[in-house]
Amino acid sequence: MRPAVSALACALLVAGLAALPLFVGGYGQGVLVGLMNAVVLASAWALFSGPTKYVSLATVAFFGIGAYTVAVLTETMPFGAILAVAGAIGVAVALLVGLATLRLAGVYFVIFSFGLAELVRQIITWFETSVNRTLGRYIFIDLSATAIYWMLLALAVAVIGTRWLIERGRLGLAVHAIGDDEIVARHAGVDVTKVKLALFALSALAMTLAGAIQAPRWTYVEPSIVFNPNISFTALIMALLGGATRLWGPVFGAVPLFFFFEWLSVTMPGQFSIVLGLTFIVIVFLVPNGVLDLAEKGLRKTRGPNAGDARHV
Amino acid sequence: MLLSTLVFGVVLGGTYALVALGLTIQYGVARIMNLSFGEVVMFGAFATFVLFTGASLSPVLGLFVVVPLAFAISWILYTVLMRPLVKRARHPERVEIDSILVTFGLLFLFQGLFTQAFGSGYTGYGWLQAPVEILGARVASGRVLGLGLACLIGLGLWAATTRTRWGLTMRAVATRPAFAALVGIDENRVARQAFALGGAIAGAGGAILSMYQPVTPIDGGFLTMKALVIVIMGGIGNMGGALAAGLIIGIVEALVSYAVDPGLTLAATYAIFLAVLLWRPKGLFA
Repeated sequence: MRPAVSALACALLVAGLAALPLFVGGYGQGVLVGLMNAVVLASAWALFSGPTKYVSLATVAFFGIGAYTVAVLTETMPFGAILAVAGAIGVAVALLVGLATLRLAGVYFVIFSFGLAELVRQIITWFETSVNRTLGRYIFIDLSATAIYWMLLALAVAVIGTRWLIERGRLGLAVHAIGDDEIVARHAGVDVTKVKLALFALSALAMTLAGAIQAPRWTYVEPSIVFNPNISFTALIMALLGGATRLWGPVFGAVPLFFFFEWLSVTMPGQFSIVLGLTFIVIVFLVPNGVLDLAEKGLRKTRGPNAGDARHV
Repeated sequence: MLLSTLVFGVVLGGTYALVALGLTIQYGVARIMNLSFGEVVMFGAFATFVLFTGASLSPVLGLFVVVPLAFAISWILYTVLMRPLVKRARHPERVEIDSILVTFGLLFLFQGLFTQAFGSGYTGYGWLQAPVEILGARVASGRVLGLGLACLIGLGLWAATTRTRWGLTMRAVATRPAFAALVGIDENRVARQAFALGGAIAGAGGAILSMYQPVTPIDGGFLTMKALVIVIMGGIGNMGGALAAGLIIGIVEALVSYAVDPGLTLAATYAIFLAVLLWRPKGLFA
């Protein structure tokens, strides 16, 4: 009966979340879009970086690619087709980066992902100014905040559902083996590079779509707007706070931090990145495995020393 | 015009090589992947600016204030932030991940502090701008002096690591960290010293950079990216390799910004990086 109960709970949760924008005003709908975006990006980051333990600093590279593709293709084809093209470009870039770096040690990937957003931004800016002779584009796609929210919700369900499915199957086993010990995994016959590549492409696809779905909210788009490095940073920190190795960890991190960052950008915009940096350092030091792990340990302590020991190897 | 571009590239490359030398010491010996490395470079540049405009101290004399300060800051960062991470980790992989995360946080923290103090625009000072002629190219004398200082510091560093006992212990920890303890080397102490020394070199690099070009608070991140690419290109811990790679990156950057577009310098760096990753991931000289 347990799986049926959880499935029902999930269905109720999604239905409740889908109904939410009908009860709040325009401002509330904007907040919901931001919140769901945070959930998608943090979950997508953790989809790859959680189990493989490869730290990706490139979230905004894909997010920006998605948003900018919409800006370029606006009015040339229906929105659904634009999303498909954006997703394809995001996956292509991920495969390119992944093929060059994921067969090597983790540092190569970190370094490449560190500069990827800036690299893409420079190339787009150069292309726009020297070939198209213009910088910045207008997006005329009529989509309500509620519609965008629903699309993001669907994307969040897809990302979390994909991770759940992966954890259950052969791929999940391979992924965990890589996270525990890559060399052993290789010897056990896991095609390590292919598994990492697949996860990275999936995670990039979700990030690209998140950027593309939200592009109509801006109306005016410029590379410096859509490639804002804070996006990479906040997605990472949210996933870490909740616990990147857990299915629901990123969600638990995204919700409180989204509101904290919103409050921060209103009350002290000048000190935003200072507080952001400090928050990050505190999280790495105090909750290195995420709040869910901390809560579980706390529960175990109150229940007695032996309860749940089987899970702790 | 091409010739002066090449000279510019060599000057820039000399500074990059020096900065990358600091990073390769930090990463090679202390084994901390420091994403906030460029922020220490920026600290060097901003501190030199403050000393020059506030106390009218010549940037060259300023080095004697800035470098010890950068050393002290990096020492404190290692002791307060990195050491506890090394201590609590069960295996080295965890240290790598945690240090990447913490230094990524530091990057934002420092950038915020710099923006707060100096604004987001260009910060710089006019000094030694009288041109000198090299191979028919006119170059500001500050640039030439900067290159000379970078060479001098690099040379001193090379001598210290190859000719002294202290350098020997550094190299021992860099090549066989597990065995260093067997011959009585305090690995923690050496790691801390290496981290601080790398920071001091970063500070010197920043001071030199500020002698010939203005800086903005976000430059630190770019410098870290370039330094990381140079370190990988040259081979981790390989000082000669870092020098050669630094010069290559500097010259390519100058050529690209002259012939194509100044906005594509990082793209050029990453194009080279991609080639290195596909062709010689262990470094050009491995």
